[in-house]
Amino acid sequence: MYENMEMRQVFAGELERIMQEDERVVCIDADLARANGTLGLRSKFPDRAFDVGVAEQNMASVAAGLAAYGFIPFIGSFTPFATRRICDQVAISIAYAKRNVKIVGSDPGISAELNGGTHMSMEDIGVLRSIPGMVIFEPVDGMQMAKAMPELIKYDGPVYIRLFRKPAPAVFGEDYEFDLFKADVIKEGGDVSIFASGIMVAHAARACEILKGKGIQAELINIHTIKPIDREAVVNSVRKTGAAVTCENHNIIGGLKSAVCEVLSEDCPAPVKAVGVNDHFGEVAKTDYLLKKYKMTAEDIVEAAFEVIKKKGEG
Amino acid sequence: MNNSGSAFLIEKSRQIRKLTMDSIGKLGVGHVGGCLSVVEALVVLYYKEMNIDPENPGMEGRDRFVLSKGHAGPALYSVLADKGYFDVCLLDTLNRPETSLPSHCDMLKTRGIDMTAGSLGQGFSCAVGMAKGSKIKKDNATIYTIVGDGESQEGQIWEAAMFASQQRLNNLIGFTDYNKLQIDGSVEEVNGLDPLDLKWRAFGWNAIVVKDGHDVEEISAAISEAKKSDEKPTMIILNTIKGKGVKFAENAGAASHNMPVTEEQRLQALKELE
Repeated sequence: MYENMEMRQVFAGELERIMQEDERVVCIDADLARANGTLGLRSKFPDRAFDVGVAEQNMASVAAGLAAYGFIPFIGSFTPFATRRICDQVAISIAYAKRNVKIVGSDPGISAELNGGTHMSMEDIGVLRSIPGMVIFEPVDGMQMAKAMPELIKYDGPVYIRLFRKPAPAVFGEDYEFDLFKADVIKEGGDVSIFASGIMVAHAARACEILKGKGIQAELINIHTIKPIDREAVVNSVRKTGAAVTCENHNIIGGLKSAVCEVLSEDCPAPVKAVGVNDHFGEVAKTDYLLKKYKMTAEDIVEAAFEVIKKKGEG
Repeated sequence: MNNSGSAFLIEKSRQIRKLTMDSIGKLGVGHVGGCLSVVEALVVLYYKEMNIDPENPGMEGRDRFVLSKGHAGPALYSVLADKGYFDVCLLDTLNRPETSLPSHCDMLKTRGIDMTAGSLGQGFSCAVGMAKGSKIKKDNATIYTIVGDGESQEGQIWEAAMFASQQRLNNLIGFTDYNKLQIDGSVEEVNGLDPLDLKWRAFGWNAIVVKDGHDVEEISAAISEAKKSDEKPTMIILNTIKGKGVKFAENAGAASHNMPVTEEQRLQALKELE
């Protein structure tokens, strides 16, 4: 039901529904409400939906103050400005003080497209993952975003929502049951584990189809919550397959690959290959172009899968 | 003695200074200068102005206080202990391992602390958020906050200042502890703030200059004036003395920001404050 909807519309629609039911919920933007889909909330909730202007540091700490007053603020900006720019405010006003603030960063990684390198957050997950108590959630499609919203409200603590703004291909159906802290096994297989998040799930799914044609049964797992990562899901899968590929729209340092490797190195050492942004900044271009340039396509995932399968048992 | 009259507040300030110097002195090091410069402001707020209940620190609709210059925590702890938020004996645990009284204010650790602060500039924004929260809830609370003068060099202070006046947060009363000294020297040498009152007015605030930030009557009068504001938030600029009331701290100048205190100095300070 959400296939043709932009993810920001899904998010803003669910937020509106929740704001109608729950007077604690507040929506704060820093001059990007129009971009993030939340501008329409202003007329419906004149007290609880407002703008701080281009002042993200103040937004984060104002939200913490509101949370200390019993509110549940959602604050929004583009991913780099919702994370690295306000890292200390997120760390101290929000996380250190354990305030129930939800941080929405939109246009993650290469999806910033024509806004280019300054707006492409390749490090936002890495920045926030090292802050104690942060939950990091990256929705895959509209259904997952919608199902996640009540869970995000229910969870009493800071969450970073890494929101792709545009329409995303549907991965999950109506019967999807969401658990904020449980990864989703999208396809089972015994030859290689593919862990993917955000926009990379669709490419990983296509990689699984290509691999199937070559006689390889890949297991596809969506890690929607990168912190805290579902250790059990990671270990159980790799115990079965013996090799893993990670797929992320983020620097391969500090994000999903790091999170998966941290688990595997302790509990189930195995060859791992990362598909993602290989430690460089972004640039202006459409997503499809950058996926190819940065070697993040389904074909690149297939190649990585063969590489780790070959390494199995070598060590 | 009238328990909110000037004589009471002056006497209370003396006692709070003693408790603060005793607790920092027993530890042997601390933010002496900036604790002593805010004592009268804290005393006027906690013993005269604020609608609070030490028996019920989470009381709905209460007034709130954010010590944005979180390093003056020890002075606030002395006030909270004296008000009965916790046992005065706890002051002897100041800044020791596992204490509930860390160097900088922590709402998760200390009964009566409304907001965590320590990374400068942030507490002020948090207070602005609370004032906005009070407006949404229409609970008629007043939100008070103290910022340091050095802290006022943070860009976030001015982001928050713009937003507070934009939102017409007349329920927000700030104080600047203008003791004119920061860690690296005098404020004017490092990165001057003058004319500070005009800066606040330019940002859409009322600004009230209190000539003697250690005069409880002058502070009270400024708060009364601030409470009359029908739209603007108010910044009360307190001209204070870093290390006020303790000679070795006053004489240390900028070095009093965070300084060692010997046992001899602790006893000397307590004697001076008799």
